[in-house]
Amino acid sequence: MTSLPDPSAIKLGLVIDLDICVGCQACVVNCKEWNTSGYGAPLSDENPYSSNPNGAWLNRVHAYEEFNSEKVKTVHFPKSCLHCEDAPCVTVCPTGASYKRAEDGIVLVNEDWCIGCGLCAWSCPYGAREMDPVENVMKKCTLCVDRIYNDNIPEEDRVPACVRTCPTSARHFGDLGDPNSKVSKLVAERGGYDLLPEQQTKPVNKYLPPQSSCESNEDQFSLLEMAESNSPKGFWEWMDNTLERLG
Amino acid sequence: MSFEPVIEKSPKVSDEIKKTTCYMCACRCGINVHIRDNKIRYIEGNKDHPINKGVLCAKGSAGIMQHYSPARLKSPMKRIGPRGSGKFEPITWDKALSIATDWLEPIRNKDPKKLAFFTGRDQSQALTGWWAQQFGTPNFAAHGGFCSVNMAAGGIYTIGGAFWEFGAPDWNLTEMFVLFGVAEDHDSNPIKIGLGKLKGRGKRVVSVNPVQTGYAAISDDWYGITPGTDGLLILSLIRELFLSNKIDVNYLRRYTNSPWLVIQNPGKNNDGLFLRDQSGQPQVIDRLSGKIVSHSKKGISPEMSGKIKLDTGGFAIPVFKIMYDTYINSTYSPENISSKVGISSNRIRKFAADLADAAFSREVVINQPWTDWKGEKHKKMIGRPVSMHAMRGISAHSNGFQTCRALHVLQLILGSIEVPGGWRFKPPYPKPPEAHPKPSGKPNQVQPGKPLTGPPLGYVLSPEDLIINEDGSPQRIDKAYSWDAPMSAHGLMHMVISNAVAGDPYHIDVLFMYMANMAWNSSMNTRGVMEMLTEKDGDTGEYKIPKIIYSDAYSSEMVAYADLILPDTTYLERHDAISLLDRPICEADAVADAIRWPVLKPDRDVRGFQSVLLDLGARLKLPGMVNDDGSAKYKDYADYIINHERKPGIGPLAGFRGNGDKSGRGEPNPGQIESYMSNGAFWHKEIPEEARYFKMANMEYQKFAVDIGIFDKPEPYTFQIYSEPLQKFQLAALGHGNIQPPENMRDRIKSSFTPLPIWYEPFEGKAVLEDEYPIHALTQRPMAMYHSWGSQNPWLRQIHGQNPMYIPISLAMKHNLSDGDWIWVTSHHGKIRVPILTMAGLNKKTIWTWNAIGKRKGAWQLDEDAPEAKKGFLLNHLIKELLPAKGDGQRWSNSDPITGQAAWFDLKVKIEKANINEPHESYPQFPPLPREYGTIQDPPKKLRYGIEWTKQNKAHNKSDNS
Repeated sequence: MTSLPDPSAIKLGLVIDLDICVGCQACVVNCKEWNTSGYGAPLSDENPYSSNPNGAWLNRVHAYEEFNSEKVKTVHFPKSCLHCEDAPCVTVCPTGASYKRAEDGIVLVNEDWCIGCGLCAWSCPYGAREMDPVENVMKKCTLCVDRIYNDNIPEEDRVPACVRTCPTSARHFGDLGDPNSKVSKLVAERGGYDLLPEQQTKPVNKYLPPQSSCESNEDQFSLLEMAESNSPKGFWEWMDNTLERLG
Repeated sequence: MSFEPVIEKSPKVSDEIKKTTCYMCACRCGINVHIRDNKIRYIEGNKDHPINKGVLCAKGSAGIMQHYSPARLKSPMKRIGPRGSGKFEPITWDKALSIATDWLEPIRNKDPKKLAFFTGRDQSQALTGWWAQQFGTPNFAAHGGFCSVNMAAGGIYTIGGAFWEFGAPDWNLTEMFVLFGVAEDHDSNPIKIGLGKLKGRGKRVVSVNPVQTGYAAISDDWYGITPGTDGLLILSLIRELFLSNKIDVNYLRRYTNSPWLVIQNPGKNNDGLFLRDQSGQPQVIDRLSGKIVSHSKKGISPEMSGKIKLDTGGFAIPVFKIMYDTYINSTYSPENISSKVGISSNRIRKFAADLADAAFSREVVINQPWTDWKGEKHKKMIGRPVSMHAMRGISAHSNGFQTCRALHVLQLILGSIEVPGGWRFKPPYPKPPEAHPKPSGKPNQVQPGKPLTGPPLGYVLSPEDLIINEDGSPQRIDKAYSWDAPMSAHGLMHMVISNAVAGDPYHIDVLFMYMANMAWNSSMNTRGVMEMLTEKDGDTGEYKIPKIIYSDAYSSEMVAYADLILPDTTYLERHDAISLLDRPICEADAVADAIRWPVLKPDRDVRGFQSVLLDLGARLKLPGMVNDDGSAKYKDYADYIINHERKPGIGPLAGFRGNGDKSGRGEPNPGQIESYMSNGAFWHKEIPEEARYFKMANMEYQKFAVDIGIFDKPEPYTFQIYSEPLQKFQLAALGHGNIQPPENMRDRIKSSFTPLPIWYEPFEGKAVLEDEYPIHALTQRPMAMYHSWGSQNPWLRQIHGQNPMYIPISLAMKHNLSDGDWIWVTSHHGKIRVPILTMAGLNKKTIWTWNAIGKRKGAWQLDEDAPEAKKGFLLNHLIKELLPAKGDGQRWSNSDPITGQAAWFDLKVKIEKANINEPHESYPQFPPLPREYGTIQDPPKKLRYGIEWTKQNKAHNKSDNS
């Protein structure tokens, strides 16, 4: 068993806006591209050109439909490690490889100590960890710990790769431990929520709910009276008046 | 126990960042390519770039895998086995180019049109079109004919510009954005950035699409329309807006031809044409003076109704009156169209009300004075903040041209084009058809050993401009600009192989193609096309298409069917010009163009196709490609980009001309490419603020466009709601004029070439029985995959490795189907066996799948067991390039009758559950292509990309700890 540090003051994490995510997969691939040459072992791919290609990814986007007889709503749901405060993946780790950083709350795997037992992945209620099919170590989102503090990267780009690349700006990065941070305010304004709060993992990452409805909307509307009864005479009178006004 | 190791938080990223332009799709984003140890470490979006402003999509982020693909061709090749067998021998470039020269030289000297040169996903049409012109063949086009020419031509003929990437919503000011159909694959990052802005501002996003995928998923309103009925819905919206007086009369009067007088003289040859004065100026009634005056006269107030008697016979009435009478017709009432379009009448009214509310209750005003083309001064810029976008979804139907026109008319009656908050042009647009060249290639313009008199593609304005023989028969191999498709501005690439093999209108000697996977996903009737490519003449034993030259960077399905392969580089190894002469990267507020340059050196014997084309042109001694002494004028494409002048001072790149200080016009600058390289591979010049809106009528913009070299003189113009060119074809079909259509085509022309946009039933749906084929079938393009090119990409194929057929839940229940079941899908032309998934967000009469995921076994260096080949499939097998025969001997193309746009989405099918004993494998299957030809390596079993750097990072880390 591995213990968790005392909750950090700084809680770095992501805020993901489901109202804006179009499911384009940019974050998924850019994450893979950055991280395969980054922290820890590469993100390998087994059978890359044959049947059953299987690679390790730190971030995936799922799509599902919510519907009833009235309406349908497609939701794209990006999912990666939520850097939980009470991270079961850390406490379950038999070697101490899985740990949460005391400084900023990022959950990482010390790959030198990882024995590839997979217990952490089993304990994660979000399915956010993946065993690398070739390297046989556990891979997970590092919040791009090798970008966000990296002196070799321009300061404005010191954000996770998924955030920098997101075309719709559906992903935000910041300190959720600071109530005055941009991300905390966004969560407050938009009703950001925890994923599976009943699991009591206290995830740091938050999701902003979809606002749009894709309503089938059979209701009568009242924005304006569509003057179905307008006779041509009425129309041309209106035209005439309009043209007069314009001179 | 808790132990925190020391980790390397500042690892080295790269040795060098090289900025170039992406080519993982047609979007042309700026990218920063991080190079480490002469390999690609990372590709990210360029924050300074006008297109993507730093973001990068899934495709762009997978560029590493595209570059290092094992499917890359390694050297020129000559076919040694039968066509389709995939047996080749490697040859040198010198050999390859002399074979090509030996094939092409005699054709040019005898009959240049025996060369059909068609380029697929070509971003260098300014060069390839010019090359075809200099060769002297009219048989040139890129892939626009099977892509979205309806959208392009519908736009150019109506508003002098098109959606595509040639315009954009005014993202910062718009109140309502309406997206028609599939749009995820063009202008992809700019639209995603824009959607993010809109949602961030809480503005309304509306999607009209049979399928609720992608952008439709974040819409506030989704209208799951029945395919092919978009035009009907649009005309109904127009009707509702007319009936509720929600039209912008002032805008229509100033900027459209709605006040122009139209001659009403039934049965006569001037019926339906504009009343013009002696100088050809269209006439209007001035309500101030009551006189008939030129529309261009300053200070007039054109009348929108009224009727005048003409001395020459008949009457004249304003376009607007004809519009009104046409569109208030109850044919277009929401009740009457509701069941056809699959949307309730209430919702159609609600849609119209939302448009009206956004346009007229939330007017946008910018306090920016400007002067219009008549010299009239305006204190402000007033806009109606409704914006729209559409692409292939409404376009790929046989009624697509008129539907696209209808959509522009909807925008125009709302007063929402080129205004604050509306939809805006990007330079070089607006540019009306009159400012484009007419196509060249008439019989007298095609001469042995000589270039064409002009470019082979252009815009026709009347039957006189058609590229036909004296007897009215088509002159081009694809029958473009003939009565089959008179206004086919992009050609009909999907008909080239079929026509050439049928000898209709004639046979060709050489088919020369670039980046066009015609033996697979880029053709209708894929099996048929594979057979055509290998079909031999019974008498001579020669292939019906005797010689095929093909250039591609990868071992696509098409490679196996070529005789000579010219292997291209990847996008990271080449020069390119994203040119104002072609399809630049401009914004609504700026002109911009860009380059690609070799950020990596090829590790094999491949060459950029454009350099090869110039070399071939020099060997053929094509004018403009050789010096007076016969030597090659250009060393390579880069040399051409710098030094070629289309006219004095105007070249492929507009930036850094002269001494690097001139924009648009200026002498060639030997350091131009270096200047681009140090500027992030692009050039960008802002449009003056007073010139940013109303560009078609804004004198300041027109002057700017002349300065920058877009026009030689100001070309202000009036939006053409009523299309006189269409009426001229209509008159021809009615028997007027010397240039007459064949008898069997008159009716089709009469019913489709209407001067105001209308809706008619798509042809395939009309030709087959509704009871037999009740279901619509179509494809959409995933945002994370670009046609075939992405399927070899091991990262992208993990996202889209197979394509189910999505079917509506109600249809699944009717056929007793559940997820994972296999069905047969049958059209009038063919049948396929495919796996299904059910879906709720789908029009009830529609099934769909992802485009071009299915692969032929062995192609693209994928294993024969790859899911793309075993379970993936193409809808193409169900779609024939010809309509069901009508018994008149005519091979009627499955295309729009006006533009020749391939009518992919007209497809009608039926479904049935596959027998439980049938194999869970897609049908049809074809013999595997041999995997060894032309490729440099066997695909690896495992990929550990970047392992050397992860080890270095770690070693660094350990030394830090010690």
